[in-house]
Amino acid sequence: MKINYACRSTEHGMARRQFLGSMAATSAGFVAGGLGIFANRAVAEQLQSAQKRIVVFNMHGGLSQLESWDPKPGTDTGGPFLAIPTSVPGIHISELLPQTAQQMHHLCLARGVNTSEDDHGKGAYMMLTGRRQTPAGNFPQLGAVAARALTPDNSALPGHILITPGGSGGRGNDSAYLGPKYSSVYLGNGNPPQNTTRPDNIVEASDVARQDFRRHVNERFLNRRRTAVTEAFAYSYEQAEQLMRQRDVFDVSKEPASDVDRYGTHDFGRHCLLARRLLEQGITFVQLSHSNYDTHNENFNFHIEQMGEFDRSFSCFVADLAARGMLDSTLIVVLSEFGRTPNINQYYGRDHWSKAWSVCLAGCRIPRGAVYGKTNANGTAVEDGQVDHGALFHTYLQAAGVDSTGSFDVDGRDMPIADPSAAPVSQLLT
Amino acid sequence: MTIPEGFDPKQAHVVSQWPHDRPLNACRFDPAGRFVYCGSEDAAVERFNLPDGARTIINGGHQTWVKAIAFSKDGNIAVSGGCDGKLTWWDSPAAEPKPIRSINAHKGWIRSLDVSPDGTLLVSGGNDNVARIWNISDGSLVYEFTEHTRHIYCVAFHPDGLSVISGDLIGGLKQWEVTTGNEVRTFDATPLHSYNGGQQVDFGGIRAIAVSPDGKWLVAGGLHKASNPLGAVHEPLVLLFDLETQKLEKQLIAEGITQGVIWRLKWLSDGSIMGLSGGGSGGFLLFWKPDAEKDYHRFQLPSLARDMDVHPDGLQVATAHYDRHLRISRLAAKAT
Repeated sequence: MKINYACRSTEHGMARRQFLGSMAATSAGFVAGGLGIFANRAVAEQLQSAQKRIVVFNMHGGLSQLESWDPKPGTDTGGPFLAIPTSVPGIHISELLPQTAQQMHHLCLARGVNTSEDDHGKGAYMMLTGRRQTPAGNFPQLGAVAARALTPDNSALPGHILITPGGSGGRGNDSAYLGPKYSSVYLGNGNPPQNTTRPDNIVEASDVARQDFRRHVNERFLNRRRTAVTEAFAYSYEQAEQLMRQRDVFDVSKEPASDVDRYGTHDFGRHCLLARRLLEQGITFVQLSHSNYDTHNENFNFHIEQMGEFDRSFSCFVADLAARGMLDSTLIVVLSEFGRTPNINQYYGRDHWSKAWSVCLAGCRIPRGAVYGKTNANGTAVEDGQVDHGALFHTYLQAAGVDSTGSFDVDGRDMPIADPSAAPVSQLLT
Repeated sequence: MTIPEGFDPKQAHVVSQWPHDRPLNACRFDPAGRFVYCGSEDAAVERFNLPDGARTIINGGHQTWVKAIAFSKDGNIAVSGGCDGKLTWWDSPAAEPKPIRSINAHKGWIRSLDVSPDGTLLVSGGNDNVARIWNISDGSLVYEFTEHTRHIYCVAFHPDGLSVISGDLIGGLKQWEVTTGNEVRTFDATPLHSYNGGQQVDFGGIRAIAVSPDGKWLVAGGLHKASNPLGAVHEPLVLLFDLETQKLEKQLIAEGITQGVIWRLKWLSDGSIMGLSGGGSGGFLLFWKPDAEKDYHRFQLPSLARDMDVHPDGLQVATAHYDRHLRISRLAAKAT
């Protein structure tokens, strides 16, 4: 596959040594907690003023809308929890989210989500790509799309980060036809990227020498055999080198201890604080997961525990972004693969339910302190303002300033950014 | 404890079943043996008359589900504990009981109640990790015990009335003095808890506590082998401790029940232990002798049950069912 140099990316046209030199200067200019990594003042200013970022909270397993954003107390499906008022008069959410309730004036609830897909894998795919899986092809996830559309071409850092609850980290396979450059970098349990420290038995001079040799050999090879594959191969080395130089960006221990206490000392609290740090450093897209909401058994016991963790950390995150003036440029999405059944089963559990559930949004062009969509009295069906995965995917991108009705140029082919048969939800955009 | 005439758990059978509008969560006989009070998946308390099952819906005490019920010694006062954190006192035998008093007793659910043997004190435990002792006559707070670090799932008075045993989600099982709150003993009940790293959940907990009438044995019930906590795959387990030495003497199991949890334990008049198991394998009354690990008898109920109590006559057993029925069984041969 010959590379298409007509694509919009400019990194190909950027002299490699200029690129690397810029990165080295960037590393030296790093300032914890600010935008100091961007040695180029214009880039930093642009980031602050224009670059949009997206953060996704993936409530893994299927968060119960009834125990979070759309409670139905006193009904046969409502469960044991009460609804509480929020900072927005007239809007009530579950009592399991008391601190988040105080941030409601920043949030927007889409309570009419109907995705008609009760399978974990398919539901997750739909919510993260905006389309149904087809045998004919694969689609890039939101993070890859955001990285491609929003990350400045000369960004020193990867544009697509996943913070996973466990694991050791690595690279995702989630960018489809956009190519490996936009695949996620996994931070296993919030730890810095894998293999980003120089082995102790290699001194710095040796490391510099071998990297120079690699580049030299690469240049010779690429002069004659430059393909998308070889380009991606070379890029992976360059990115790894930059990650080694900027490892501190991913080191949440650099954050103040008082913030660690506020967010909670559990893993999710640390992951939320890391997400804040990454967004502040200019990372375009961060996705973090909170597990596990697949509560077929003892839904209420498990939601007490999980929502308690989420509430504390998420409310701090929203409040901090608002206080730092980042909400205008950062889209927050809290999603799952589906919701949970209104019916309470014999194990005090709730099962998979995609016909009437909720997504929480905030930031960028999303209206503040609002609710769109409505379910019926006991939450079994959408009554008003129904939206699906395709419309939401468009909406996320539009909110972040991406014309989701446009296309990416991929090897000379126009690939629609989002499902052309869907459209953004205008009521969720200001 | 005298063994009642006709007592024979191996002849257990259902004698009555009375419907309700919602799945039932809790049930208790009043000590005078006139009623069964229930809590269900709504905010009301339900009262069923014995023996005809006439039902009275009692509203006004709670905002949401009722999980626990207890009575004064004479049965004239019922106390309900709800997921709203409230304790509500009721004039139990009244034609239409009204709340006598309602207090905000806990922050979060009240999961368990028990009354002291002399009938003067009530203990409550809940999701604020605190167990509280109340004066049952006026609702005043006598003492609170704050040594648990996770949700308290069950509380029970020792038969001597001088101490309480409380158990929590992570297997913390503590005996403490009523008047001082001083810990008397702790028991290692951690086999009843597990943390599933894949699902990232704590699971299990001490769902049931009972002390033998002679004060020698303590049993704590719940579940183990939780291979899939979120999918309800776990087996019932009872831990039998020597109360004095705190030694775990036996783990009482029920082979073949691959999906179940112990919701309640009661010592029976013949010195055996009856446990209610409810789960995917169905609802069972399980019977153990303290000297054997395996149940010597099991009685399968018509559907999954979530709570159980024994009538003062020692023969009738009430079970609260998910299928919206209260059932009364007898631990005796069918009448001919």
